[in-house]
Amino acid sequence: MGKRVAIVGTGQTRMRSSRKDVNGQELIQEAVARALEDAELSRDDIDAVVIGNMDHFEGINYVDTWSVDGSGAFMKPIMKVTTGGTTGTTVAMAGYYHAASGLFDRVLAIGWEKNSESDTTGAIITAFDPVLDRPTFGGAVGGLAAWATRYMHLTGATQEDAARVTVRDRRHALNNPHAHLRKEVSLEEVMNSPMISWPLKLLDMCPRTDGACAVIFASEEVAPRITSRPAWVRGTVNRHNYAYTADPNWDFLESLREASGVLYERLGIREPLKEFDLMELYFPFSFAGIAWVEDLGLAPVGGGPRLVWDGVTDMGGQLPINPSGGVLSCNAIGATGLQRVAECAVQIMGKGGDRQVPGARLALASGFGGCFWSDLMAVGADKPA
Amino acid sequence: MDKPQELLSISSGDTEQPFEWSVGRHTSTFLCELRDNARIVGIRCPSCRKVFVPPRNVCGECFTAMDEIVPLSGEGSLLTYTVLSFGFVDPDTGHLKPVPYTWAFIRLDGADNTFIHYVDETDPEKLRVGMRVRAVFEEQRRGHMLDIRHFVTVP
Repeated sequence: MGKRVAIVGTGQTRMRSSRKDVNGQELIQEAVARALEDAELSRDDIDAVVIGNMDHFEGINYVDTWSVDGSGAFMKPIMKVTTGGTTGTTVAMAGYYHAASGLFDRVLAIGWEKNSESDTTGAIITAFDPVLDRPTFGGAVGGLAAWATRYMHLTGATQEDAARVTVRDRRHALNNPHAHLRKEVSLEEVMNSPMISWPLKLLDMCPRTDGACAVIFASEEVAPRITSRPAWVRGTVNRHNYAYTADPNWDFLESLREASGVLYERLGIREPLKEFDLMELYFPFSFAGIAWVEDLGLAPVGGGPRLVWDGVTDMGGQLPINPSGGVLSCNAIGATGLQRVAECAVQIMGKGGDRQVPGARLALASGFGGCFWSDLMAVGADKPA
Repeated sequence: MDKPQELLSISSGDTEQPFEWSVGRHTSTFLCELRDNARIVGIRCPSCRKVFVPPRNVCGECFTAMDEIVPLSGEGSLLTYTVLSFGFVDPDTGHLKPVPYTWAFIRLDGADNTFIHYVDETDPEKLRVGMRVRAVFEEQRRGHMLDIRHFVTVP
């Protein structure tokens, strides 16, 4: 099963729609400096680095070497890992694998993005098949909108149901100094925001953000020496799928359903709603907050809206979702998945400040990528057996 | 007191890195059928018997090579759809796509996967999951996905 591994420090940069004050390397350095400070480690303590972003957003394809001054990777082992939207969580998994292998004791994982440097849709189209998919491609937004259309058809859910998710996440972001958007929105404001891709309106969608996140993974031998409250990686599972845009199952999020099933079994979890204390979920649009909670086993099919309307997933509810404000409040894509992991670690380490879920001992982070693949990492206070 | 520093951005300009993609045997078959016969074809997996359109070389789930080309009628039904209100640059023309336009995910009769293309109805009130649709071809065709102009709803 590999060595046990814990997160011992995290860092996040100022997240803004445009960080004109830094180039990509400088942004990476900002996150790295904060993570090292959080863990009270120096660059020399790091044994290996894993870094990722979605290259087409910045058009600089050798980020592992280009950023080596600021990432701390100068003359160290470093590799780039990139898996679309799941880049951040896959980077976390790669960081974990490095330490779990027993070959590296302290591993720095970095996720970053400067979404302001390109036209997001024009860039994202390059991820798709040039001959069969690009000619009619309707953007990442279009794919998510099509998901929403079918979910409403299958379950009778409404646009208002989805809008309640935005209201929750934007309210949660008020507690998070690292969030990009820190302004509440009302249900009416969501419903009245401009239609982007029917049925998705502007406020159903995540923002575009410049930002970076860094997380330090440490093996079981060294983790307790670095911090008295390490956040242990309890388990991680991912399932990726997609050859062409329309290949995934459009009836339910198959990758998430399967990945969570495998993870829960591995952890002996029977009632995720009760057994997790919080979840930080890569939900890039509001409908995910009602649909994909079903694929996580938190509600029966069609039961997602009820879960959200009842306040179960609000701060103070039985299972707070996205205490950080989530992806609807902040989305520097290459960083986003890693931020979910970092936020879970922050909670477990008791460093959550105003967004702390009291007594958090088990948290779940998810990553999502178009087309509809999923990463999961569970982080907890208890060292795995 | 020092002025705040001027922070610059440098543009990549309009130049684009061009590519020339080899489409392979099965996609060549598909595109030539569009061009020469105004016909959509799929391919069948010998293991699971599923038909994929456009044709591809391997059934990913079975990890089995495919060879049996299956002609399709060009009719099907809407699995789902969206109507886009934002324009972005069409990679084929280099121009901004006119809006609104409907991006449709279609279950073609005889195929087991989902085909993406346009539907010419752009009023969300007039679209329904399950609606019947039919392919309409361009008069002048060149061996390109857009030899299919769009799908129209069939009453």
